[in-house]
Amino acid sequence: MAFVTASWNPLGEAFYRKLELYEMSWSIRDGLRDSLVAAAPYGGPIALLREPLRHSPSSRPQLEIYSASGIAITSFPWKSGPVVHLGWSVSDELLCVQEDGSVLIYDLFGSFKRHFSMGQEVVQSQVLEAKVFHSPYGTGIAIVTGSSRFTLATNIEDLKLRRLPEVPGLQGKPASWVVLTQDRQTKVLLSIGPELYILDNTSCTAVCPPGLSPHAGSIVHMSVSFSYKYLSLFTDSGHLWAGLSNLQEKLIEFDTKKTDRPKQMLWCRRPKSQQPSVVLMWERLLLVVGECNDTIQFPVVDVSFLVGELDGVRIINSTNQELLQEVPLVCQDIFKIASMAPGALLLEAHREYEKSSQKADEYLREIKEQNVLEKAVQQCVEAAAHEYDPATQKSLMRAASFGKCFLTDFCSDHFVSTCRELRVLNAVRESSVGMPLTHTQFKQMTLQVLIDRLLFRQFYPLAIEICRYLKIPDYQGVNRVLKHWASCKVQQKELSDDAIARAVCVKVGESPGVSYSHIAAKAYECGRTELAIKLLDFEPRSGEQVPLLLKMKRSHLALNKAVESGDTDLVYMVVTHLKNEMNRGDFFMTLRNQPVALSLYRQFCKLQEQETLKDLYNQDDNHQELANYYVTVSYREKRLESRLSQLQNAVDEYNKAKNDFAAKATEEEMRLLRFQRKLDDEKGAGLLGLSLQVTMETLLSLGLHKQAEQLYRDFKVPDKRYWWLKLKSLAEKEEWEELEKFSKSKKSPIGYLAFVETCIKYNNRYEAKKYISKVTPEQKVKAHLAVG
Amino acid sequence: MARRDTPELPDFSLLKRLARDQLVYLLEQLPGKKDLFIESDLMSPLDRIANVSTLKQHDVVKLYKVEYKPTVSLSDQLCFLIRPRIQTVKWICDVVNADKAAGRFRRYKIIFTPQRFFACEAVLEEQGVFGDVTTDEWAFYLLPLDDDILSMELPEFFHDNFLAGDQRWLRTVGGALHLLHSVYGPFSKLYGIGSCSKMTYESWREQVEQGEKQVRPAEIGSVFLIDRDVDFVTPLCSQVVYEGLLDDIFRIKCGCVEFGPDVTSSDKSVKVMLNSQDKVFNEIRNEHFSNVFGFLSQKARNLQTAYDRRQGMDIKQMKTFVSEELKGLKQEHRLLSLHIGASESIMKKKTKQDFQELLQKEHCLLEGFEIRESISFIEEHISRQISMIESLRMLCLLSITENGLLPKDYRSLKTQYLQSYGFDHLLTFSNLRQLGLLMEQQGAETLTAMESKVGKLVNDKTAGKITDAFSSLAKRSHFRALSRKLNLVPKSDEEYDLRVPKDMAYIFSGAYVPLSCKLIEQVLERDGWVGLEEVTRLLNGHEFAVTGGSRAEASSDAQRLVLVMFLGGCTFSEISALRFLGRAKGYKFIVVTTAVTNSSRLLEALLGNRV
Repeated sequence: MAFVTASWNPLGEAFYRKLELYEMSWSIRDGLRDSLVAAAPYGGPIALLREPLRHSPSSRPQLEIYSASGIAITSFPWKSGPVVHLGWSVSDELLCVQEDGSVLIYDLFGSFKRHFSMGQEVVQSQVLEAKVFHSPYGTGIAIVTGSSRFTLATNIEDLKLRRLPEVPGLQGKPASWVVLTQDRQTKVLLSIGPELYILDNTSCTAVCPPGLSPHAGSIVHMSVSFSYKYLSLFTDSGHLWAGLSNLQEKLIEFDTKKTDRPKQMLWCRRPKSQQPSVVLMWERLLLVVGECNDTIQFPVVDVSFLVGELDGVRIINSTNQELLQEVPLVCQDIFKIASMAPGALLLEAHREYEKSSQKADEYLREIKEQNVLEKAVQQCVEAAAHEYDPATQKSLMRAASFGKCFLTDFCSDHFVSTCRELRVLNAVRESSVGMPLTHTQFKQMTLQVLIDRLLFRQFYPLAIEICRYLKIPDYQGVNRVLKHWASCKVQQKELSDDAIARAVCVKVGESPGVSYSHIAAKAYECGRTELAIKLLDFEPRSGEQVPLLLKMKRSHLALNKAVESGDTDLVYMVVTHLKNEMNRGDFFMTLRNQPVALSLYRQFCKLQEQETLKDLYNQDDNHQELANYYVTVSYREKRLESRLSQLQNAVDEYNKAKNDFAAKATEEEMRLLRFQRKLDDEKGAGLLGLSLQVTMETLLSLGLHKQAEQLYRDFKVPDKRYWWLKLKSLAEKEEWEELEKFSKSKKSPIGYLAFVETCIKYNNRYEAKKYISKVTPEQKVKAHLAVG
Repeated sequence: MARRDTPELPDFSLLKRLARDQLVYLLEQLPGKKDLFIESDLMSPLDRIANVSTLKQHDVVKLYKVEYKPTVSLSDQLCFLIRPRIQTVKWICDVVNADKAAGRFRRYKIIFTPQRFFACEAVLEEQGVFGDVTTDEWAFYLLPLDDDILSMELPEFFHDNFLAGDQRWLRTVGGALHLLHSVYGPFSKLYGIGSCSKMTYESWREQVEQGEKQVRPAEIGSVFLIDRDVDFVTPLCSQVVYEGLLDDIFRIKCGCVEFGPDVTSSDKSVKVMLNSQDKVFNEIRNEHFSNVFGFLSQKARNLQTAYDRRQGMDIKQMKTFVSEELKGLKQEHRLLSLHIGASESIMKKKTKQDFQELLQKEHCLLEGFEIRESISFIEEHISRQISMIESLRMLCLLSITENGLLPKDYRSLKTQYLQSYGFDHLLTFSNLRQLGLLMEQQGAETLTAMESKVGKLVNDKTAGKITDAFSSLAKRSHFRALSRKLNLVPKSDEEYDLRVPKDMAYIFSGAYVPLSCKLIEQVLERDGWVGLEEVTRLLNGHEFAVTGGSRAEASSDAQRLVLVMFLGGCTFSEISALRFLGRAKGYKFIVVTTAVTNSSRLLEALLGNRV
């Protein structure tokens, strides 16, 4: 504690420190030397693909996955093709880029998830080099092929391959290259000899870093910072150039005097860096070059691997892991020897207070005199967040707590939240969990993501503890963990369906936000249909049940559930599904037992598939409806013959349905149609399709009395109707003589008042009077009134 | 007996505001200039929510009516505001595919109102345009037609639900109820009758359970749900209350009527909004038509006196008169002359001999007297081709009141009808039979006996299913029995004073108390169905009465607000009857309906010759 500064190395104005993170739990001996290594940032897992010990054709490389603290998670022999590159996605999936351009994706536990290809042409030309990169769009992959072409995919979740234009003059792979994300565009920066090129979607442009001496030689290595804002180049003459990645400004130019290519070169910065630096690693040397051209040199004793982080560089070797970072300013202020910063004084005051020394008061008074007590507390809290060692954290927090006793209106929110966050961070830094996150990284990645990562690693109890401790609303916190847990639980093959269903139900209960259908879908994915159905029974929302049941091919069950729910959309969805799934006969049989579904489907058929309607009625022996269907169809027929034949079909069906009235009516309709057609042909009367009444009217108005009479007799038109008709038509045409003759043809079935009224209607009082005498006595008054 | 202190109605204009805000939001979701296609029957409702200038403010350049023709729009963004109908969606698919074929790129957005159906999206998918269009829902469930009338403007509910057995609209209606529930507070009690009502209630309850729970003051007391097929008699009767008459003759559309030149006595047609804002109309809308003229002439005299006051005025008085009163008087004058014109036009059509005779025959049918005379009247009506719909209406009325026609009459009347109006009405008859509107009498008594036996043997669900099976076997009306039980037809020996109505029968000239409204009265009076067992049995059951589940006690004023929801439409006469009932018993009724209907609309929905 007293020697916090012991590990500090000055670099220009600033200090750099190396913090020991873990003694690695693994025993891999020379593992790092001849393996492909991939370690994810933000304290992510480490993957090694180790070459077989003996080089025989039958031996396979071994893929091993470790937590950041070196605890083995899984290991299995690699049975697929040769791997060019390993990388981790943002959701902790391992991406293995193979020589043939296919990318295999595994989860943290080594189970295969899916694969995709970087393009067909790659199979021929082979991948020479690949890089996995992260951007705001997600995890991307870039490859360069044997035919010197680059292909990019910016987001593996939404795969869109982009083949970049050809690079003129490039043979094989470039000496060095990096992927850059700038201005919402992803580009490749590559070097051929001393030249530097930017390759984007459309073109390849030569660029020149400002201030790089033309005699510096060929660029053999380059690296971009975590934020893609800074670029560093290393030439074969040992020159290091570092500057902005948009090549607008030079920050460092330094001659390392080493001509061999460094094994790794990384930026080491932190947010609000005072002295950003580039870290280069050779076989035996780790060199930190600051902007001030100052350097720090560390010997490298063991084969090491560097991982770039947001606020430093992690150095992993076979025995331990360290974090190299610039000491945050606030820590410098407090711990720098003979510092008079308020925080430093407060820490000192508290230390004296612990010793029960009155010096505490002196220090405190000094701070108060300068009126900086609040700042002092602030500094201690902040510094505690940046410290890795719990003891140091504690002493700083205690000092802060001590200091705030003397403040009257101090808002302790920051103090409390830092306490909580540190507790969480210390818990996940535990070697058994193995996530060496700094406070800065934690803030950047957010709590949500931290919990996600814990879930990927299946640390369910810890995740729940954290959620409860930080009082995250259940919906985003505990329930989300439960959902993951349940989804994982259903995959445990050794447990019986019942046991799992019970376990899930007990734990999950009715927690809002945990969807049983989601869990059931997972169960189904791993082939446990019965379990899925059991779980679905807990699902209260039918809208969620039904689609999954369909997917599981439990169509009948799905239909039942849909009908029960009363949601016709669901019913319809099942019906559409069944229609495509089953053969006609079975489909109709199924519908028959579900009247709700049946009428829905009928409605649909009426609008979409008339023919199906017919089959449907046929299947049911529903002759009545079938006949109605034929009648409807007949209206759409343009030609009389086809219309008649449809009507004949209808007659047959009506007969089968024992609806002799309808059969007879339809037969009459056919007869009428034929009659109309005949007259249309003979006289051009334009009758086709008119009703019987209108036909007769038209005939009468055309003076075709004989034909009208024929209809009257053939169709057994009631006398009354015929008399009304004739009366009206004769009066209309003012054929008064004809009318009189007609009135005398026999006794009028409609009486004679009608005659009087009709004559009046056509303004013939003279004619009207003729009929008054015949009107029945009780209607006489009316008749006289009408005549006036 | 009349209680004058009727409670205040909740402010339903809030529903309009909600709908407008959501529509604006949806339009903004498609930024930039766009053309809007509107389904023709949504035009008038939309106009009540957002007028053209509001739409233009949100970048709608041109408005088109959906006409099932190739589009002429030149805009790069097309927005379709439609009902979820397969036919319309298919037309949109054609538009999109035509654009594709022409190599034209546009953005398309379909806004379904009040909700989308899976079937529509399936059509989009089938036609291969699912990826080209975006879809949305405009939750415009209820249009306030007046202070106390909310309409869903879904006339097809009646056809789809009762004839085709397609239940997809039930969730929509449940949604409408849910909307009212969430805006105007919890209901204290729900009553209902009919299978649709029951399912609507269940759908509503489900939506309440799934939605977030919030406590708000109750503004509405109880809710009464009723299926249209519980009472077909009432909508089939000729309407004689002023508003109903206007609807029968001029067809009120979305609370608005268009008076032709014969009414306006000019060469122009005038569109008039019919609601309580119209002072003249508000006073006569619920009156029996025989009183309307007297009222209007009194009103005209008053108006004249008001005008006449000008005579003795000095300049100053004249000035105040012009600035304060004249405008109101002018407005009133205009409305008065319109309503007088309308009444005259009605008089011309309706006071003729045959209308009186028609009414008289209708009353005979309701009372069950002189049936043979009525039948020959109908026969003559048919053979003289007076009106296709009217004839059908009388036929149905005859069948329902008589519990089916004698086989001989059934055949001969149908034959006559087919001869008059064409054989295609064979399908109409099939539809009417299916709904139990026009039936043949059969050995009914045996069936009833069997039914009740089975009903006693098994209870609950199974019984319900069996009864369903029976009722589908023979949908019979028991109008005569119901009429006796509920005293629907007052004794005809006393004179009925239409100016001082004593019960709801006044809306049918004192000849008949509408069954639907009588049921509501009885259930509210008894606070449930107790004592009405025989009635519900005759009506095929499905009755329910449940407490709303809210512990929050509504204020006594809110308790007297009753929401009546008609599934399948209600008539203006029924609304008038409920207003009367409200005045008499101190209730205030809010009528929610899938659409306002009348006999013509009801029967037109069932015509089989629509291709």
